[in-house]
Amino acid sequence: MNRAQKRRIGEYLIEKWFLFLATISIIVLALIVAFLFKEGIPIFKSVSVGDFLFGQLWYPTDEPADFGILPLIVGSLIVTAVSSMIAVPLGVLSAIYISEIARPSVKEILKPVVELLAALPSVVIGFFGMVVMAPFLQKVFDIPTGLNIVNASIMLAMMAVPTISSLTEDALHAVRRELREASLALGATQWETISRVVVPASLSGACTAVILGMSRAIGETMVVLMVAGGAAAIPESIFDSVRPMPASIAAEMGEAPFRSDHYYALFATGIVLFFMTLGFNLIADYISHKYKQVGTATL
Amino acid sequence: MDFRQKRKLVEAIAFFIIRSSAVIICLALAIMLGFLFVKGYRAINWTFLTQPPMDAMTRGGIFPAIVGTFYLTLGAILVAFPLGVASAIYLNEYAIEGRMVRTIRLGINNLAGVPSVVFGLFGLGLFVVFLGFGSSILSGSLTLGFLILPVIIGASEEALKAVPQTYREASLALGGTKWQTIYRVVLPAALPGILTGSILGIGRAAGETAPIMFTAAAFYTSKLPSSIFDEVMALPYHIYVLATAGTHIEETRHLQYGTALVLIALVLGVNLVAIIMRTRMRRKQTY
Repeated sequence: MNRAQKRRIGEYLIEKWFLFLATISIIVLALIVAFLFKEGIPIFKSVSVGDFLFGQLWYPTDEPADFGILPLIVGSLIVTAVSSMIAVPLGVLSAIYISEIARPSVKEILKPVVELLAALPSVVIGFFGMVVMAPFLQKVFDIPTGLNIVNASIMLAMMAVPTISSLTEDALHAVRRELREASLALGATQWETISRVVVPASLSGACTAVILGMSRAIGETMVVLMVAGGAAAIPESIFDSVRPMPASIAAEMGEAPFRSDHYYALFATGIVLFFMTLGFNLIADYISHKYKQVGTATL
Repeated sequence: MDFRQKRKLVEAIAFFIIRSSAVIICLALAIMLGFLFVKGYRAINWTFLTQPPMDAMTRGGIFPAIVGTFYLTLGAILVAFPLGVASAIYLNEYAIEGRMVRTIRLGINNLAGVPSVVFGLFGLGLFVVFLGFGSSILSGSLTLGFLILPVIIGASEEALKAVPQTYREASLALGGTKWQTIYRVVLPAALPGILTGSILGIGRAAGETAPIMFTAAAFYTSKLPSSIFDEVMALPYHIYVLATAGTHIEETRHLQYGTALVLIALVLGVNLVAIIMRTRMRRKQTY
């Protein structure tokens, strides 16, 4: 074997080695699914899938225990919905400001602010919600506890805003200059250009941003663990306390006896949570590929 | 009011609302940081930073938690950095767009979207139970490492993309092989960018709580870890424990604020370093 051949084989092996390393992400994702199922499926020997998903009672430590996670699912959905009502307008509008209106010097400050907000550890945001926001809400609305849906939603919004804002800004940034110039040249004001040309052109990117922001909110753990109140019941008002799925898993896993029904039930809750966020992410991926803005002609 | 004035008015109102949203975001960050700083800075002194907790965690410091967070973060980076950079090299230098690449990217995007508590469950199931590492630095580092893998891949890919194509062509034209080109030309040029991105991963790993709750974090240990199979205290988990599970929640408020402030200083400090490094790099960049 001569030197050139040796080299070629070496190069071939290096490429395959890198290909293998690049597939680690997929392998990890597969392992996550595998271990969630391995530790979660045994619960369905004691509870049927329907009773688990739609049962209204979550009393995992009672005798006999009730493993119905509907209150937890409703809790997750409601804090995500309320928080996106706050986070979507704030995130999208701030992105429009940064991308379209702000002077470069203002931009230089705002972008790091959004990045630092994204970097705040969730436990610190949860802590802030407990010690500052909860007493504040309690006083202002005269309610028995400040640890409730409203508080959790505001704090979750703080976590979702940076995601939505920076991804929307990327989408706005990708809109080509000629579109803006053409609109302005036709006599449109800057606002008309933004609202009728730039935003529609970046709609798929903005939708992706919103969905990923919501996905982040639904999977966020520490905030809902610390400020949502923890009541495993279907709420009647936004000042009620709830126990979203991640909070339930994080709070109870420490106490659940190893490989008891409770332990299996928490893993099964993890399966539900995983597939919900996976669904959000796949939709986001689909939208961003399907409605990709190509050139200027597709508007 | 004529048509023209009306349009101008609409624009002024719209811009006012848009500006307010940016102001709200700045205020939210300022209020949060300001409040924690004002309440927390008094708790921080030399004893607080260098002593273990005392009297059932009602006095004393957070030294074991600082050490624990340091080990966990270091471990996470050791796991994620080589894997992340290698993935990015494959995607940016070798791969030809097609089904394989699309699948890998989909995998990375979805890995980035997995909730942190699910990573915790995964770590518990795989590292703690199945592989028998127990609740330890090793289990926690591996879990956190896979959590920040997408961050490192994203940052490395961006840095590799920024290396001009002419660099590669020059090296290949001189007879360099693909691997020589990557190793001797592309990687050195991309390294500052890759490192900046990895710093962001460090910040993320240091602040995460849910993934280490079942895989590494101890409620309380007075002694420092002696091997990678030991449990450790960690700053984020310590805040959570003091704020929710203690028997003296009100009396230890100052310790909670202090710990939160130390964690924020650590995470935001790391992020600020990355932001400043990036800005400098962009100014200096010759290509």
